[in-house]
Amino acid sequence: MKLITYNFLTSKCIRGVKVGYPLKLNVVEKKVEQQNFNPEFVQRMLPRLEWSAIKSAADIVGCAEIPENMNVETSLHDTDFLQKLHHLLLEIEIVNGSLICPETGRVFPITNGIPNMLLNEDEV
Amino acid sequence: MSATIKLKKLEEYLQSIDSFENPKILLEQYITPSHISSHFLYTIQNNYDDIREKLVADLGAGTGMLTIGSAILEASHVVGFEIDLDALNIAKFNADEMEVTNVDFVQCDVLNDLISDENKKWHKAFDTVILNPPFGTKKNSGIDIEFLKVATQLSNHSVYSLHKTSTRNYIQKKAKELNCKGEVIAELRYNLDSSYKFHKKASKDIEVDVWKFTLLS
Repeated sequence: MKLITYNFLTSKCIRGVKVGYPLKLNVVEKKVEQQNFNPEFVQRMLPRLEWSAIKSAADIVGCAEIPENMNVETSLHDTDFLQKLHHLLLEIEIVNGSLICPETGRVFPITNGIPNMLLNEDEV
Repeated sequence: MSATIKLKKLEEYLQSIDSFENPKILLEQYITPSHISSHFLYTIQNNYDDIREKLVADLGAGTGMLTIGSAILEASHVVGFEIDLDALNIAKFNADEMEVTNVDFVQCDVLNDLISDENKKWHKAFDTVILNPPFGTKKNSGIDIEFLKVATQLSNHSVYSLHKTSTRNYIQKKAKELNCKGEVIAELRYNLDSSYKFHKKASKDIEVDVWKFTLLS
């Protein structure tokens, strides 16, 4: 699972959960898979990102150069920043680990790169 | 913009995709044939430029045929959503074998987990959503429209889907209800091999339409 996907995942479906976002990311195994850098694509993704989730994920996977705050307007033309964000969103593969609901502590395992977001019938 | 590889080449790649080991009838599991898949994806890229450099979702990804095909046509990233872990493990194996890394597979219930009035994180997240929905001929009639509805909520631009030609008028009506402009952009023949024991004939042809749904704001 790449972090661009992580950006959109929630545990809101669990009965009683109010926000369910961001999920706490727990990484057991990760790897880097190179992708072609396309600045226009990263630019287009900026407004779709929840920066608090991206920033905390960056800290967890060890991308220290991602800033605390992000301003879409000023970030659009910062190629160096877009390149780093490209790496964070599209090149870091979480192979094994888990996602944890911030409200209930429910664990969603990530196995073989596949996050399992399925809930049991008694949870919805 | 034209696809950067030839149609024939894409079809060749997709022919190597492994299918379901033990298809599950309730999930209407049969693989989208490589011939259909390659024409479907090629039309989307060559006529509408809606795969290359886009964020793409594949709903009901199965063993990854359309997810991997979109990745080969240079989507920036593709997310394949699928409920069945057996299918997903084959999909992941297929992607790894073909060294396709611009994809994610997510195990979830497309109809219930992805989006609702209270849960809008994936709302308009994708540029393009593609799907080959269950046709809904068994005990789950209408399931194709339920998939289509989710697809239109996940996309910010367009949705491409396959539906039986016999349901054309019905799909057109539903497109309006979903606030979309619906158009049939190609007609294909779907040769459904006898994947299930209860299929008596060796194979049968089903005529399918390739639909493009454009979201009206």
